[in-house]
Amino acid sequence: MTTILCRYGELFLKGGNRHIFLRALANNVRAAVRDLPEAKVSVPHGRVVVQVADQARAEACSRLERVFGLVSISPVANVAADIDAICAAAVAEAQAAVARDPDLRRSFKIEPHRSNKHFPLQSHEIACRAGDAVSVATGIPVDVHNPALRVGIEISPQATNVFAERRPAPGGLPAGVSGRAILLLSGGIDSPVAGWLAAKRGLAQEALTFHSPPFTGEKAKDKVIALARELSRWQAVSTLWIAGFTETQKRLRAAGRPELAVVLYRRMMVRVADLLCDRAHCGAIVTGENLGQVASQTLTNMRNIEVAGRHLILRPLLTYDKVETTALARRIGTYDISALPFEDCCSLFVPAHPATAARLSDVERAEATLDVAKEAADIAEQAEPIVL
Amino acid sequence: MIVYLDNAASTPPLPEVLAAVTHAMTDLYANPSSAHGLGAAAARALEQARGEVAGLLRAQPSEIVFCGGGTEANALGLLGAAALARGRHMVVSAIEHPAVLRSAESLVSKGWELSKVAPAPNGRVTVESVMAALRPDTAVLAVMLANNEIGTLQSVAEIGRALRAAGRKLHFHVDAVQFAGLVPLDVQALGADSLAISGHKLHGPKGTGALWLRKGARVAPLWDGGRQENGLRSGTENLPGWVGLGRAAALCQQSPQAGEAVAALRDRLESQIMEAIPEARTTIPATTPRAPHIASLLLPGLPAEPLLHALEARGVYASAGAACSTRAHGPSHVLVAIGISERDAVLRFSLSRLTSESDVKVAALALREAVDEIASVVKLRRRNSKP
Repeated sequence: MTTILCRYGELFLKGGNRHIFLRALANNVRAAVRDLPEAKVSVPHGRVVVQVADQARAEACSRLERVFGLVSISPVANVAADIDAICAAAVAEAQAAVARDPDLRRSFKIEPHRSNKHFPLQSHEIACRAGDAVSVATGIPVDVHNPALRVGIEISPQATNVFAERRPAPGGLPAGVSGRAILLLSGGIDSPVAGWLAAKRGLAQEALTFHSPPFTGEKAKDKVIALARELSRWQAVSTLWIAGFTETQKRLRAAGRPELAVVLYRRMMVRVADLLCDRAHCGAIVTGENLGQVASQTLTNMRNIEVAGRHLILRPLLTYDKVETTALARRIGTYDISALPFEDCCSLFVPAHPATAARLSDVERAEATLDVAKEAADIAEQAEPIVL
Repeated sequence: MIVYLDNAASTPPLPEVLAAVTHAMTDLYANPSSAHGLGAAAARALEQARGEVAGLLRAQPSEIVFCGGGTEANALGLLGAAALARGRHMVVSAIEHPAVLRSAESLVSKGWELSKVAPAPNGRVTVESVMAALRPDTAVLAVMLANNEIGTLQSVAEIGRALRAAGRKLHFHVDAVQFAGLVPLDVQALGADSLAISGHKLHGPKGTGALWLRKGARVAPLWDGGRQENGLRSGTENLPGWVGLGRAAALCQQSPQAGEAVAALRDRLESQIMEAIPEARTTIPATTPRAPHIASLLLPGLPAEPLLHALEARGVYASAGAACSTRAHGPSHVLVAIGISERDAVLRFSLSRLTSESDVKVAALALREAVDEIASVVKLRRRNSKP
C-alpha cells in the first residue's frame, strides 16, 4: 500500500464556504484515482490523503499531479510511531530522492511536524536523530537554511509519514466549484489551453466542436477528440459535442459579402453554444480568442460575435502572446496533438480578406436572409456527444 | 458500398493469403531453425514461400532475402551495397519513394555525395541523363520501376543495358514495390543487382517484403544477430507473414494477364472522368509508359483534400497526390519535379485485380458530384480573393 499526501493551497483562504471547496476537491481526487486498485481517499485536517496499491503508485501520482486545487503531492513511507522506524524510513527516502536527482546530494534538512503530542521525543530531538541517521548513511551535509533536499517527518495521531519527494500540482480551484461552461474547442493550439485555464479557476466544462465534412476529414475530427481526451485527464472537460456545420456554413457563406463570413460563422457558433448551455445548465461560454490575433478577434468583431449570444463569454487567453500560449500548451500536453497536420476548420471557408471591423447592421442584414435561430437549433439538436 | 481505389497505398489481402497466414500461425509455430520435426515443417514452409516469391520474379530461390517490408528491402539493397562500396558517390532518380530517397540522403552525413536525376515532365528519367550523372567513383545507382504517385515506368532494363555496354561495375538497385504483382517481371532481364518488393502491395500481409539479390552481388546486413536469411537479415523468421507473401506471389503468377485487364479498366476510368469533368486531365500524358493500376488525374484550381472527403462520403476511397494538399503537409517531391502547380488537385485512383467495371463507373460519377460540391465553395473564395 502506498500513501500519497496531497496539499492544497488557496483553499485555506476561503472563509465560511471552505467546506464546499474541500468537498469538491476530495471528490475530484476520488474521481481521479477511483479505478486504481485498493484506492482510498481521506481528508484529515489540512490534507487530502490517497492510498493505493503499491503497483499503482506511479499512475496515481501522475493523475494527482493533474488535479486542480492541489499545490503539491508527496508519496510517503507510512511507518510505526517509533523513532528507529522513522530514522530508517528517512534514510531510505533520502537515498531514493538522490538516486532520482543526484543534484540533491548538495545538502539536506529534516523537517519534523509533531501533532501527536504523545510521541515521546520532541521535534528538535526527532530532527537530530533522523538527521544523524541520514548524514551517516548517505554522507550528505546538513544545511538547515538552504537545503537542496528536504526530508519531511509528520507524526500525527492518525499516522506517521516520512517523505523526501515533493511533486508540484497545478494549484488553482477544484474543477466544478466555479460552475459549468461550454468550451468552444477546435483542433488548434489556443482553445485547449483556454479550456485548461478555465478549469484551473474551477469551471467544469463540456466542449463543443464544429465539423464540416467533406471540407474537414475524419482525422481532423479524431484530432479534436484526442484534444478533448487530453483535457479530460485534467478533469477540465467531461463531454465533447460534435456539431455538423457544413450546410449552415455554406448558407452563411452565400448570405453576405465574403469578408463577413468569419463573423457570421462565429456568431452561429455562439448561438449553438448558447443552446447547449441551456441544455447542460452552463453559465458561460469559454473561447480561445485572443485580442488582435486574427480578423475575428478585434474589439469590434468580438463585440459583434458576443451580442449574438445570451451567455457570458470568457476568454482566458485574451492577453496572451502566442509564445506564452504555446509554452502552456506544451506543458499541459496538448501541443503535440494540436500540431498534427489535419486542419480542423477548412481554410476554404475563410475569405482571403476578412473584415476586421464588420458593421453590425451589415452582419444582421446578411443573417436576415436565413432563419438563424432555426439553423442553430437544428445544429444543437443534431450534435453528437462523446463522453470522455 | 465501398469502392476501394487506393491500392497503391495498400491492397486488401486475398482470402487464400489469410488462410495461409492463419495456417502458419496455428500449425507452424515452431522456429524454422529448430532441429525437431516441427522446426523442419516450418523451414519447409519458408522455403516453399521463397520459391513462390522467386517464381514471381523469375529468380532463383537462393536469391531471395525475406524482409520486414518494402522499406527494409530497399534499405538493405541500397545501404547494404553502400556499406561494401569503395566509391562514395550515389545516383538516384529525383522521384524515388522516400524509402529510397531518405536512405540515400542518410549517407550524405557519412561522407557520400548524392546526385538526383530529374525526370522529364512526363515523369520519365531518360537513360542518357542517368548515364550522364555517373562518375568514375559512382558506387550505387537506384531507379524505381514504377512511380508510386503518378505510375510512370522507368527504363530500368535500358539503363541496365547501358551500364553493361559502358562496362560499369556499380551496384544497381531497383525499387519494384509499386510494380510487382500485376505485370510479369523478369529480374534477369533488368541488368540490376538488387530489387525490392513489398507484400501488402500485392494482396499479401503488411510488414512483409523481399529483396532479390542477384547471385554474385553482395550487400552487408543492416544488423547482425542469429544470421537468418543467409546472414543478411538476422531475427527469427516472420513465418506467417512470409508464407502469406509467398501465397500472394503465387496467386499473382496464376493471372499473368491481370495487368492488361487492370490497365483497360484504368483507361476506362480516366476517359469516364474526363468525359464527366471537362477540366480534368491526366497528370502525365496517357501515352507515357506507366504501371497499369495508377490513374493520376489533375483538377485545375481545386483543393485535393476536400475532394477526397467528398469522394469518401460517396463510398469512394482514393488518395491525394497534391503538390500542396494543405498548408501543413508540404508539397510532393514527385509533383514538384514534373512541374505541377500547387493550386491544382492531383488525385490518385489506384486499381487492383479486384476492381470491377461498376467500381469504375461509381468512382467517375462520385468524382463528378464531388467536384460540383467543392467547386461551389471554391468559386466563392476566388471571387473574394480578387478585390
